[in-house]
Amino acid sequence: MGRYLLRRLLQLVPVFIGTTFLIYWLVWSVPGDPFAGKCGERRCPEQYVAFMTEKYQLDQPVLVQYAHYMQNLFQGDFGETFSGRSVNDIIVAAYPNTLKLALVALAIEALIGITAGVLTGLRRNGFLDNLVLVSTLFLIALPVFVIGFVLQWLLGVQWGIVRPTVSSEMRLTELLVPGFVLGSASMAYVARLARTSIAENRRADYVRTAIAKGLPMRRVVGVHLLRNSLIPVVTLLGTDLGALMGGAIVTEGIFAVNGIGREVYRAIVTKESATVVSIVVVLVLVYLVMNLLVDLLYAALDPRIRYE
Amino acid sequence: MRVSKRASGAIAVGAAFALVASGCSSDSESNEGGNSADGAITIHGVQPENPLVPANTTETGGGKVIDWMWTGLVEYPNDGSAPRNAVAESIETTDSKVFTIKIKQDTKFHDGTVVKAKNFVDAWNWAAYSPNGVQGASFFADIQGFDDVNKADPDGEGPQQAPEPTTDKMSGLKVVDDWTFEVTLEAPTAVWPTKLGYSAYVPLPDAFFTQKPEDFGRKPIGNGPVKFVSWEDNVLIKLTRFDDYTLRDKMKIKDVDVKLYQDESAAYSDLVSGNLDWVEQVPVSALAGDKWKQDLGDRAITTTTPITGIIAFPVYDKRYQDVRLRKAVSLSINRQEVVDKIFFGTRPPATSWANPLAPGTVDGNCTVCTYNPEEAKKLYAEAGGFEGEMVFYYNADSSHKEWMEAVAQQVKTTLGVEARAEGMPTFAVFRQAINAKQMKGPYRAAWQQDYPDVENWINPLYVTGGSSNDGGYSNPQVDALAKEAGAQADLAASHAKFAEAVKLIDADVPALPIYYYANQAGHSEKIKKLEVTAVGELDITSVEL
Repeated sequence: MGRYLLRRLLQLVPVFIGTTFLIYWLVWSVPGDPFAGKCGERRCPEQYVAFMTEKYQLDQPVLVQYAHYMQNLFQGDFGETFSGRSVNDIIVAAYPNTLKLALVALAIEALIGITAGVLTGLRRNGFLDNLVLVSTLFLIALPVFVIGFVLQWLLGVQWGIVRPTVSSEMRLTELLVPGFVLGSASMAYVARLARTSIAENRRADYVRTAIAKGLPMRRVVGVHLLRNSLIPVVTLLGTDLGALMGGAIVTEGIFAVNGIGREVYRAIVTKESATVVSIVVVLVLVYLVMNLLVDLLYAALDPRIRYE
Repeated sequence: MRVSKRASGAIAVGAAFALVASGCSSDSESNEGGNSADGAITIHGVQPENPLVPANTTETGGGKVIDWMWTGLVEYPNDGSAPRNAVAESIETTDSKVFTIKIKQDTKFHDGTVVKAKNFVDAWNWAAYSPNGVQGASFFADIQGFDDVNKADPDGEGPQQAPEPTTDKMSGLKVVDDWTFEVTLEAPTAVWPTKLGYSAYVPLPDAFFTQKPEDFGRKPIGNGPVKFVSWEDNVLIKLTRFDDYTLRDKMKIKDVDVKLYQDESAAYSDLVSGNLDWVEQVPVSALAGDKWKQDLGDRAITTTTPITGIIAFPVYDKRYQDVRLRKAVSLSINRQEVVDKIFFGTRPPATSWANPLAPGTVDGNCTVCTYNPEEAKKLYAEAGGFEGEMVFYYNADSSHKEWMEAVAQQVKTTLGVEARAEGMPTFAVFRQAINAKQMKGPYRAAWQQDYPDVENWINPLYVTGGSSNDGGYSNPQVDALAKEAGAQADLAASHAKFAEAVKLIDADVPALPIYYYANQAGHSEKIKKLEVTAVGELDITSVEL
């Protein structure tokens, strides 16, 4: 187990360097001079462009820029935006918000998704099963922004039962609707995956044995069936946290959440490599750590799985 | 009394619901019946691109806050009429070249220091000094000695090392005493005092010069009716009333929270549900079918703004050098149809070269702004047609696709030329191609006046070497007339000369004015009275609850 963990942690290093360089290079290749559009319909003063280009070393080759960036990164300095704001500050201010939103989404998607999956998996082809099938199809088919705008308009503007946007305090109750919107598509997948998995294992020998030896149904489902059926669902949920955080940009925009999505978008458009890479680096770390956690969780769910 | 577990659970849920329900209306209730004096409003804003340094802010997100936080020598009345003195006691000149400016003696910065003549002179010298890399440096180019403090790149191509200026002070600026300074311009310019209301010309406190500009811009100190409190990036800028403000009107309310939105629709939803008090621009989605008027009722406000949507010709491209062709294109565009179909009639079609809100503009002087397909076809035939595709370019990161495509389609239908519209990915890429004179077809441009005068619509756009004359249009007669107009000591005489210049521009058709911008704004029920400035911003001092 210890050696497995060490090996996995060491694997993170090349992945980390590879992704950061790739992203840095991609942003650098975005066409356009970042300062050409800064002065509206008027040509920017050459002195301003020269001043900024020199200040951010944009006249250097991309490899030198990247090396310089990494050097600062290892000293804990994520660089600064073209307006002189420290990227560290942006990360500290925006990440907790995105994480909070993603966690709420994850909780909602796990709760509703697994419940729906278990209920329908146990009673297939019933009314509930059909209802869940149709509604998940609906959620998968609709783009996030449609669900977002409709719910915002209906709940926030028309009925007035929630605030249409999230306030700067980010209260949990305000995050329920955005969280639901963000997690809606994944929720549908979780429900369907759990349903198939439960339905399959329902016919397994060990379930029949458990029922035959007279265990109450609650225990058969809760302990024997659920634990074995959750492996694919946990994999989906675990890797989904990273996807939810990275994909929150649309939801954040609709509900005015001060998250990383807005900064990443702004930074890509304005070619601020340092900002993009810094924010994405943290996202990459979230992905890697969650993947590792999911792999370790397998052993807890299925005792047959061992790590060497 | 005991309450059963089940029942208490129900009560708790009920209470939570009540909390949620009251949570969304508490903002408006708490101030109901309260007077304006300690009232607070929350309004829509956009994260400023840069720290709030006046001369280095050329975008509206930060510009709005700066306009409230500072008061310049002169200010522009909300009705668009001629500027009036603000910090200035008097601005005197005999020849429109040497100006003696006296300032009022009792005005203060937010940190309590007194506004003196040197605060203006130092601020202007700082902005003009090229090693400071200020975006708005060119605003000071009229002043004598600007070339000594602002050295351009020697080869004029790309960022090369520019020579160090010999001095950091413009010779045309002279402090006479604490309340008087003298400005000498390079050449007589009648319109110069009008420019002084622009935010680049505001005074900076002594505290500005003792710290880094970026640090100052994060905690700015101005001299206007509104004082800075705090700024949380992407979330909120908090402002409050400056109680020692002695110029014109004080703010009638106390606190202003500028909530920084990414998405206009989110702000609009907040406005309609009563969580926001002011939105400057209603999103296009709410304009369709006049939905916003149903939502807001008499709280919906339409204002005109001095911005014109223009399509410019790359005159440096040989294919666009025939005047008859340019005229034919202009006459084949049905501007009324474009504004009706694309903008739901919320924007008026353009009929003059300068925006009619600018003093000195002769409305209707764009004779080629009419729709005349027969004449267009005739001119097109005379010009010998057009070779290849006529591509109309726009930047795709903003909503220009619809109207540019409509224009291209009209040109195609009327003239039979292969016309289409094409988006360039970002504004930066778009501007870079324009700066490098690489545009291969007519392209979208828009002009918002910096200061209210017809001069601002002619010199930058149509005079040779103008700061935004990117198409390369050049007519020596226009240049001469514009120069004469600028040298007039009297504004009326200057306007008359500009009117003559516009007649020549109208015959040359270097660009296509298409429509004038208009603002669709809305406010909450909380606000009982407000005024909108001449550029469509909220006049913060006029707000009453």
